[in-house]
Amino acid sequence: MSRTFLGLPVRRGARTLPDDVGRPGGRGTSAGAGAASDAFGDVPHPDAPLRWGDTFPDAARAALQNTQLRRNLAHATSTIRDKRAAVVGEVPDWEALRDAGSAIKTDVMARLPELLEELERNVVARGGVVHWARDADEANRIVADLVKATGVDEVVKVKSMATQETGLNEALAAEGIAAHETDLAELIVQLADDMPSHILVPAIHRNRAEIREIFLARMGDAPPDLSDVPRELAMAARAHLRRAFLSAKVAISGANFGVADTGTLTVVESEGNGRMCLTLPETLITVMGIEKVVPTYTDLEVFLQLLPRSSTGERMNPYTSLWTGVTPGDGPQEFHLVLLDNGRTDVLADEVGRAALHCIRCSACLNVCPVYERVGGHAYGSVYPGPIGAILTPQLTTSSGGMSGHHDPNASLPFASTLCGACYEVCPVKIDIPSILVELRAREVDADRGRPTGWGAAMKAASFVMSDARRFALAEKAAGLGRVVAGPKGRITTLPPPASAWTRSRDLPAPAKQTFRDWWRDRPDLATPPADPVVPPQDRSALRNDPGFAEPGITPQDGPPPGNDPGFGERGEDR
Amino acid sequence: MSARDDVLARVRAALGRSTTTASAASGSVPRAYRERGELAPGSPEAVEVLVDRLVDYRAHVHRAAGPAEVATIVGDLLADAASVVVPPGLDDAWLSALGDGTVVVPDARDDPRTPDELDRADAVVTAARVAIADTGTIVLDGEPDQGRRAITLVPDLHVCVVRTDQVVQTVPEAVRLLAAHPERPQTWISGPSATSDIELSRVEGVHGPRTLHVILALPR
Repeated sequence: MSRTFLGLPVRRGARTLPDDVGRPGGRGTSAGAGAASDAFGDVPHPDAPLRWGDTFPDAARAALQNTQLRRNLAHATSTIRDKRAAVVGEVPDWEALRDAGSAIKTDVMARLPELLEELERNVVARGGVVHWARDADEANRIVADLVKATGVDEVVKVKSMATQETGLNEALAAEGIAAHETDLAELIVQLADDMPSHILVPAIHRNRAEIREIFLARMGDAPPDLSDVPRELAMAARAHLRRAFLSAKVAISGANFGVADTGTLTVVESEGNGRMCLTLPETLITVMGIEKVVPTYTDLEVFLQLLPRSSTGERMNPYTSLWTGVTPGDGPQEFHLVLLDNGRTDVLADEVGRAALHCIRCSACLNVCPVYERVGGHAYGSVYPGPIGAILTPQLTTSSGGMSGHHDPNASLPFASTLCGACYEVCPVKIDIPSILVELRAREVDADRGRPTGWGAAMKAASFVMSDARRFALAEKAAGLGRVVAGPKGRITTLPPPASAWTRSRDLPAPAKQTFRDWWRDRPDLATPPADPVVPPQDRSALRNDPGFAEPGITPQDGPPPGNDPGFGERGEDR
Repeated sequence: MSARDDVLARVRAALGRSTTTASAASGSVPRAYRERGELAPGSPEAVEVLVDRLVDYRAHVHRAAGPAEVATIVGDLLADAASVVVPPGLDDAWLSALGDGTVVVPDARDDPRTPDELDRADAVVTAARVAIADTGTIVLDGEPDQGRRAITLVPDLHVCVVRTDQVVQTVPEAVRLLAAHPERPQTWISGPSATSDIELSRVEGVHGPRTLHVILALPR
């Protein structure tokens, strides 16, 4: 597999952007460009922002080879986990806020048609124009036409997942319109011709030294003596984008919330690039997924508490903008709202998976996920990585086989989890991601039923062996040979196919010296078994309550009480 | 079929019901969270919490007993500023101690400065609508004493005068107050502009004003 700048894997089916399009600074000429320019050259952008690259297991295996990536991610995610835990801990009614947030979102989904119509009515009443887009292409077409109608060929953009999802920048580039990303992390990603790897901090896979290199090579106007101090890097971005902000005629944004009963749109941000885009240009185009509507203005009191603390781990993000249509004399005098479906109605049609639409894009689930922390966002092959991406991406691409296609990389995403439950615990709107993952896994398995697979063959063989005592005894004897393979280490590290599918990523312990049946046969004959074995707690499994299991030494007398199993569901942000 | 009708039809089909059977489920939202804090609006305790949060964001906090003291502080803070943008409804008294070297640049909805003119200004002085103690947030709603959104964005130094009786403890208290005029364009400001985009560590000062001074003034 060929590698891109700073070691990122090249994505299958990818293409590069035309030169000098979508790069605010054009080709860099400052120090460092010579060394890095070859590496920059072949960094691709995928054609499908919701489906690129290999299946998750393959992509994860490749990503795990990248020690720099793992170091960067471990550092960044542990920083944000600590910050989040601290600011969530100081809110006495956090759980009540989560309950409210979850219930509001459930209500939104139930009343979505009415709320969308109400939002539309109120935006129009305040001088805005509302457009509807069935899919990514239609949304991109609408935006491109609106930009062209203003006569400009460049726009400034606020970071937006919706426009990432539609591949808007690439679509605009194809129409000769340059879209300048203005969020610092998006700028880093855009300058490096990279792909985002995190919902909130798309360049989380880059450390400060890499960011400095990217700026020096690609920004064009980066100071040659730029250091890797974050503050200096931020200042370089400020200087670089200043002119673009002050002269921009058209801006494109997403929206965190759209309030149905007032027509108010909300953008939550940190740097002020959002305010620049939402305030200075003459025309503002906002692309919003249809699930982002909230019923009432006062519902914002819930989400504006949940989102910042979950997302950047701050009590409040530095800047939040709220606007309602057009305000004469203040801000853009032309406002367009594009309401985007793009697979959301397929998610909505699924009563179990629907909750994925409750997501407010805080990214807390990414930051606590042990899988995400090790493989990074690119392995998920979607602009929505991490636990939420693992349930959202397959569902958003249902119509093109994302849930059930045997060869579809998206169908492998529900398996990108250890089901540890940390994502559910931190989710500010209580999306039960583990349960949805299990449900999607079941459907993926169901979809594959009837196909001849190695798994199916193995299960058939196991069934044949295990349904007959004699055959099973023979198999147990045969398994003893594994001790020879394992050797003195007591671990089997490589097996021939098809068993290599197991040993490729894990060791197999050597089989026990004695089988259970041998042990049972040879066990010492106790004259008087204990009359009254300790009764285990009531909801022990039926198996453990089986009197046959009340053998001395087997009864789990001192087992932990139920619900206190440290192996599952107890791993919050302190993990 | 238009995209609008198509999308709405898909939503209805996904929900498996017709247009006429909308459930009014909104009553079922549990709102057990705090709708107001234990600290009274404008109380010294609420103001203390606000100060603590603002300092944590690296905003600069000043206290003033009345308009005359506000003017003195504004004069001191803008001693080196060649120009200061002011909204049309700003209390004139606050500017009474400006030095001779500081030009006042008026801005209004019907007489707006261009982004470049704002970029050349050194500072801006505004009032505020409400402040939230728990989160260290100041909300501007574009009324004449706060001005257009652009004026508090482009100049690099923002001096914001907050009356202590405008301080509430919690987000819901502020939202309910603002709900009286949801149509007003709002900017919620929590400290100077910042980013966490490099290794998720917070750095103050990106595109918005890099310096935020908050003057907490006792009500007249």
